[in-house]
Amino acid sequence: MFDRRLIENFDWGFVILILTISIVGLVILYSALTAGHDAGVVHILFKKQIIWMGSGFIIMIISLLIDYRELDKLNLFIYALCVGLLVSVMIFGQLGGGSRRWLVLGFVRIQPSELMKIALIISLSSVYSTCVCQTGLNFNKLIKPAVLCIIPFILIVNQPDLGTGLLLLLIAGSITLFVKVERRVLVALSGLCFAAIPLIWFTLKSYQKSRILTFLNPDRDPLGSGYHIIQSKIAIGSGMMTGKGFLKGTQNALSFLPEQHTDFIVSVLAEEWGLIGCSALLILYFILLFWGLNIAYNCRNMFGSILAFGITAMIFCQVFINIGMVMGLMPVVGVPLPLVSYGGSSVITNMVGFGILLNIRMRRFTPN
Amino acid sequence: MAVFDKNPDKEWIKQRLIGASICILLLFLLLFLRLVYLQIIKGEEFRLLSEKNAVRLQSIKSSRGLIFDRNKTLLVDNRPSFNIKIVREDAGDVRKIVRKVAGLIQIPFQELMENIAKAGKGAFYKPVTLKNNISRDQLAILEAHKFDLPGIQIDIEPTRYYIYKKTAAHLIGYLGEINYDELKSNNYLNVRAGDSIGKYGIEKSFQEDLHGKRGGRQVEVDANGRIIKILRTIEPVAGFDLNLTLDLGLQQAAEKMLENKVGAVVAMDPNNGDILVMASSPSFDQNDFIGGISSKKWASLISNPGKPMVNKAIQAEYPPASTYKIITSLAALEEKHIDINTEVFCPGFLKYGNRKFRCWKKYGHGRMAITDGLTQSCDVFYYQAGIQTGVDALAQYATGCGLGVKTGIMLGNERKGLIPTSAWKMRRFNEPWQGGETLSIAIGQGFDLVTPLQMAVFIAAVGNGGTLYRPRIVKSIESNDGKSIKKIDPEIRGGLPASRETLDIVRNALFNVVQGARGTARGIQLKNVDIAGKTGTAQVFSIKKGEENKSEKLEYALRDHAWFICYAPAENPVIAISVIIEHGEHGSTTAAPVAGALIEQYMKNF
Repeated sequence: MFDRRLIENFDWGFVILILTISIVGLVILYSALTAGHDAGVVHILFKKQIIWMGSGFIIMIISLLIDYRELDKLNLFIYALCVGLLVSVMIFGQLGGGSRRWLVLGFVRIQPSELMKIALIISLSSVYSTCVCQTGLNFNKLIKPAVLCIIPFILIVNQPDLGTGLLLLLIAGSITLFVKVERRVLVALSGLCFAAIPLIWFTLKSYQKSRILTFLNPDRDPLGSGYHIIQSKIAIGSGMMTGKGFLKGTQNALSFLPEQHTDFIVSVLAEEWGLIGCSALLILYFILLFWGLNIAYNCRNMFGSILAFGITAMIFCQVFINIGMVMGLMPVVGVPLPLVSYGGSSVITNMVGFGILLNIRMRRFTPN
Repeated sequence: MAVFDKNPDKEWIKQRLIGASICILLLFLLLFLRLVYLQIIKGEEFRLLSEKNAVRLQSIKSSRGLIFDRNKTLLVDNRPSFNIKIVREDAGDVRKIVRKVAGLIQIPFQELMENIAKAGKGAFYKPVTLKNNISRDQLAILEAHKFDLPGIQIDIEPTRYYIYKKTAAHLIGYLGEINYDELKSNNYLNVRAGDSIGKYGIEKSFQEDLHGKRGGRQVEVDANGRIIKILRTIEPVAGFDLNLTLDLGLQQAAEKMLENKVGAVVAMDPNNGDILVMASSPSFDQNDFIGGISSKKWASLISNPGKPMVNKAIQAEYPPASTYKIITSLAALEEKHIDINTEVFCPGFLKYGNRKFRCWKKYGHGRMAITDGLTQSCDVFYYQAGIQTGVDALAQYATGCGLGVKTGIMLGNERKGLIPTSAWKMRRFNEPWQGGETLSIAIGQGFDLVTPLQMAVFIAAVGNGGTLYRPRIVKSIESNDGKSIKKIDPEIRGGLPASRETLDIVRNALFNVVQGARGTARGIQLKNVDIAGKTGTAQVFSIKKGEENKSEKLEYALRDHAWFICYAPAENPVIAISVIIEHGEHGSTTAAPVAGALIEQYMKNF
């Protein structure tokens, strides 16, 4: 059953790359944690993150045993399962920070909206793999994918977690653009999006509106989120070329930022390691993304190609939005930086994604 | 136009992937350029800012809206209080500085350190409260030593002050520090940890209007934390002022009469539902809650058997007793079981099944029709009326009169009382309704429970010709420069389920209760004003046969509750009152005089 050739085709380079980014992430996280917390708490949080990463690796390796093409057959089942989890979050979910995002299963808390990303990518890949064509997709072929996106989007925005909801749409959008749509469809959809902007504006919560307005004009709220962006920019800028050195960031040490170990973690890297450190991390991500695209290219199966692209798009969107936000290029939304930000659900989701990439890579020569 | 098979066209995939790669490349380039801009081009500037570490954020509390009574008399004010704060980053050796402060103003060092500990470890650059509300003498000492105390700052912040101690405390409510759950609930606008929010009464229901919007400033400080330059200021926005419907003079009079008693008084304007008085006794001093109530004071409030923390006007539920006979009258008349001439003979008791239900008057009232029956509060008359009307029809009328449902007053924790039906009893006890229970219900005993506010709204409706108003406590909301923000108009909830003729019969009887020669409340007659009302005596403990009128000897806790509900003048009333005195025994002797005195005082203005 388990072909020896699979082991020969195992992509060790990719695993080493992921390990490297994880270790870099842990170093930054350690520095970010020491500033705002007591030694004991730092120890607990740091250990937790290592456990999450270890579990993620194990899940990644175990998932390799199953041929990824099984996902094609099971796509609707996986999708339905994740939607089911989202619905149960709505009913049984744990309330935190005014929204229901967490589901408590025994001793683990899971965030179904994270798993939904993977499920949606699988389903879309499955649907698109049967209907791709040279000229691009027409309206009729986009109906099913649109329905697949809207259901989880509504459920997640309802939690409310607008950031993750929009991220989901962004990922789905990139996959759709990747498989190509007809030009007239593209024009019509762009028009629709612009038309929807005022509509969406009225459904936003007041704190969400204020974040967007503050992004457009940071002076509007110099004491609230505008202040965080200003402090974040001071932290990043003050790193200059070489940075202030490990654990020596002064902005970081004074806890100017509220979420420095989760969403604002890049500011810690930038302050302590400077432009050199930041560029290094950007290059690592860059290699990771191209590796993903290469996997998509070398796959001989349409489903696999789209799937590999989808996972890569997911990683890219998170990296770009997170770093862009911290540097004031984008409004403040809660999107974590893959493999670096503190948080279990995000680590697991990304590791599952990498597992799928490895899986596709490993079976690139196996016949359909 | 060929659809691909499972094996993708290599060339096509390549072309799509090149497109994707270019997008990624361009966007990463954008991130890199932004980094270069921040770290290299603006790097020097940001490095300087971060080294000086000099930008601090100071928040400026908004002042909470004021509260006035209906005549624009100020009830709740804000006074400046001096609060000491410390910025740990600027203080250097925190323990040393705190010890110095403790020595100067003579407050235990330990107490100050505990206040710092509450703030947690993070945010060294943020001011942390050391001690709130210091005296002017302490302030003078600290100001004199200002230069030896780096990192110490004294903020002048507005603090709530309740001018009339204990007056309308339950209605106005009090403040407390926002707790973790409230902070996380997103139900409160413009608040943050450490803020005071309304926890009870109007302070709570109108929190959003009263709170205002915090301001703040970004300042540049020197090495000792002293401000060099103010970079930006956002002025706080004061909360909105409330104009209540309350009449301060009348409220104080009511509270004076309730002193040393347990009970409640509600007075309202029957023509619009305005609450003129809402008193609940015993009361508490709202100022004790400012800056956190001491545990000793809290314990004494909680252990007081008179339950001072309960607003008895809306939260305490009592059997309505004989005041309920008004409902029974309406129901029996409307359902045509009786008319104005139907007579009942009262021998002092009614035999029902094998039980004897007694009238409060041992030897009976003799023959009488409804007007005398209600005026003299004959139990036997109402046993008969109740039997014929039946429990469910009675309940239907009671609910229609606003009993057993919330009045909709804009205060939290309102109770809705209880109006039993046969279906309710089946659900609650899984037992069928007993005919004898209907007899108890008909005279307002048994399962029946009402709040004093419900009775006030009801008697006001009887007085005004049948209109049930939603009680109004706030007339209008204004900004602090006098601009009108919101007007709250009187709101009609519905009408009494009774015709004009039925109401006239009842109103005539209620007039006789006070003004008639044999009325139960004839003792409170006034010279210039006619009053119409009904007394009630709610049994706490059922009296054994033959022990009538011996409750003077009973233990306090076993004595009956006294009710009186009324309106005045009897024609075109301008005030409706509901009074309950717990263990006050007779409505006519303890509750009615309170209402009489209030009417006398109120009518002077007309």
